[in-house]
Amino acid sequence: MEIASNLHFQGSYSEDNEVQVVAFSLGQEEYAVDIMYVLEINRLLNITRVPRAEKHIEGVVNLRGNIIPIINLYTRFNINASENEEDKRIIVFQLDDMRVGIIVDQVSEVLRLSKNDIEETDKVYSAQNVDHIKGIAKVNNRLLLLLDLFKIMQ
Amino acid sequence: MKMDMSQYLDVFLEESKEHLGSLNHKLLDLEKNTDDISALNEIFRAAHTLKGMSSTMGFEDLADLTHHMENVLTDLKEGMLAVDSSVVDILFQCFDRMQLLIDQIESTNSGKMDNSDLVAVLENINTGKSEAASISDNASKEAEENSSSAGVNFVDDNSFDFNQYDITVLKEAISRGFRIYYIIIEVDKGCLMKAVRAFMVFRALEEDSEIIKAVPPAQEIEDGAFEGEFELFITSQVNLPDIENRLSNISEVRVKEIREIDLSSITARKVSIAASTKAAGINNKLEQLEPKKTQKSKQTVRVDIDRLDNLMNLVGELVMHKGRLEQIGANNKIGELNETIEQIDRISTDLQAVVMKVRMVPIEQVFNRFPRMVRDLAKDLKKDVEFLIEGKETELDRTVIDEIGDPLVHLLRNAIDHGLESPQIREQNGKPQQGTLILRARHEGNNVYIEVEDDGAGINTARVLEKAVEKGIIDSREAEQMSQEEAIELLFSSGFSTAQSISDLSGRGVGLDVVKSKIESLSGEIFVDSTLGKGTKFRIKLPLTLAIIQALMIAVRDEIYAVPLSSVDETTLINKNDIKMVQNQEVIMLRGTVLPLFRLKSLLSIPGNDSEEQEMYVVVVRKAEKQIGLVVDTLIGQQEIVIKSLGKILSGIPGLAGAIVAGDGNVRLILDIVTLF
Repeated sequence: MEIASNLHFQGSYSEDNEVQVVAFSLGQEEYAVDIMYVLEINRLLNITRVPRAEKHIEGVVNLRGNIIPIINLYTRFNINASENEEDKRIIVFQLDDMRVGIIVDQVSEVLRLSKNDIEETDKVYSAQNVDHIKGIAKVNNRLLLLLDLFKIMQ
Repeated sequence: MKMDMSQYLDVFLEESKEHLGSLNHKLLDLEKNTDDISALNEIFRAAHTLKGMSSTMGFEDLADLTHHMENVLTDLKEGMLAVDSSVVDILFQCFDRMQLLIDQIESTNSGKMDNSDLVAVLENINTGKSEAASISDNASKEAEENSSSAGVNFVDDNSFDFNQYDITVLKEAISRGFRIYYIIIEVDKGCLMKAVRAFMVFRALEEDSEIIKAVPPAQEIEDGAFEGEFELFITSQVNLPDIENRLSNISEVRVKEIREIDLSSITARKVSIAASTKAAGINNKLEQLEPKKTQKSKQTVRVDIDRLDNLMNLVGELVMHKGRLEQIGANNKIGELNETIEQIDRISTDLQAVVMKVRMVPIEQVFNRFPRMVRDLAKDLKKDVEFLIEGKETELDRTVIDEIGDPLVHLLRNAIDHGLESPQIREQNGKPQQGTLILRARHEGNNVYIEVEDDGAGINTARVLEKAVEKGIIDSREAEQMSQEEAIELLFSSGFSTAQSISDLSGRGVGLDVVKSKIESLSGEIFVDSTLGKGTKFRIKLPLTLAIIQALMIAVRDEIYAVPLSSVDETTLINKNDIKMVQNQEVIMLRGTVLPLFRLKSLLSIPGNDSEEQEMYVVVVRKAEKQIGLVVDTLIGQQEIVIKSLGKILSGIPGLAGAIVAGDGNVRLILDIVTLF
């Protein structure tokens, strides 16, 4: 798993040191994930609650016959979800042989980030538990938190 | 240059295992009935194929061993060697070694193994009878080969086969007074138009004779694709000199050999060689062989099980969307659509059935390895066992087939080790010396039953109780109160083994409890019927498939769940006032028995509010041997569902067995009764 997370942002680095990410928002914060892992982005499907599952599991959805677990990052990150249901999306990832989705408030865009714009997390936060944040990217005036999906799955 | 064979390795492994299986199987047949020529032929064929395959793949040690084995088999076939227990034992040893080799190839990809020990034994057998072989002159040897013809090799090499059809033709010809001639035609070396000469030969013969067989095949001969000479078998009413005459008139062609073959005399000779055979005419022999020869191998394609699962998924989805289409048609009252939907409905139902069928495999696959195992075990334990297999054509889902082997091995071992008595004891007890062990499979509704039945000593419940107390599973007071059934049930508790002595076979710490849990993991059940002194019968009940099951759909508040019908005993409506509290547990009296009640909404903390109704639905489910009532809001109905896994992240949640995609596209969860409470 360690190796996998190290590779996390190398996958789609092009030769000119760029990485393509999908940017989205959770509450007031903006996040991004490597586009290599994104399988598809969907409108909110009917989510079936899974009793007795961990609390950050929102439930499961049917994605063309496949059962996909949906992770609720709001409870996981302690964020208040936006009221606007209309813009909410599910981003489905393919991580190794596993498929999983997350609910986000809004998917904003696909961005190319230069590696130089990405700062290692531990230089920004120090004391907080930010295992799942791979780094922080500065794009114009925005700050994007790069998610480490493998850490979230653990 | 050596070709890269690695891509064929999987196929090689699969096929060699299959061939080995049939080798073992057929040798057992042969051991039982030493005159069973078709079994011997089958063995020969399988060994020959294995030899070819292994040498192609470059596994020389395997090829070499098979080659030496083949020599012995050839002798058996030609009657140079009698089928006796020593030969059979050696052959079995060879099969074991081959199994070992194949396993090694599978795990390490190396086919290196020293088989010189076995090869030496095989060669010994081979040379031991070689004098006999050299005595018989060439002609009679050939004749012998002809006689064993019932579908086997002819003449000097293996390239000549008489098939069933040919034999029938030959028989027919003889009965109508035709004669059979064997001719070798030699064409001049300098001949420029071999094909033309061959054609002339054919024409000359076909005037009043029929060519039954040609080596090489007639088509190749007519194309001139032969070296110097070719062989023919013809049936004719014409005299031998006439034919010879006619042929010698063709230029550049010489009759190298022409000879009449008399099938009946050949048969007679063959019978005298195979000592144990009763004197019988060729006709009897052939008729006897015919039914056995009819088992033709089916044409098959090997498919990765993942692809089948994929197909199953797609079909499941199709079925689901069909449901939605129906809904749309009904909502909008589109008459035209109905007809099409009906068609789609029919097709998708058929498709579903076909896909299910594809996943089904005859249980033969598992059963086939048992006769050998039982034979060896019985020999080791000095027991005389007649092993019968019934219903091996019964089909089961592939996933179940893969898992059921081990539990059955265990039950069979138990039966031979603990169940069946030794011949002496059996005789003392007035039973036939030979014990009977039956392995039986059959369909019944949506289930498959597999039974392991022996006519041995039966389960001594007194001894079981004694043992259970000794092992501390129960105390002596409990033991006194236990019924016969409860005592037998103890066999399945962990750490129990009734064997007096720990033998090599059973009693190795893996008990019936493992068998039971395995079967339960396959959504099956196991029952025991036993009569002291008469025998024991283990019955395993398994679902036909694990992929599609019948389920009862129920609703609680806003949530819908599926309960596998296999764990539902009944549903009932109860009155709230009838619920009593016993030790802080809600119970109700159902036909005289106390039924503990659980509310699904609290078990699964289902959110929402509702007013308590006066009457409520209870689904009576079975967990192990106990009944439990599950209180739900609504019973929706019975439905066939396609089970899907919840995936890695959500695996192992107690109470959940998987998920389904319902007709409306929503995911519904399947309850697992065993882990729910």
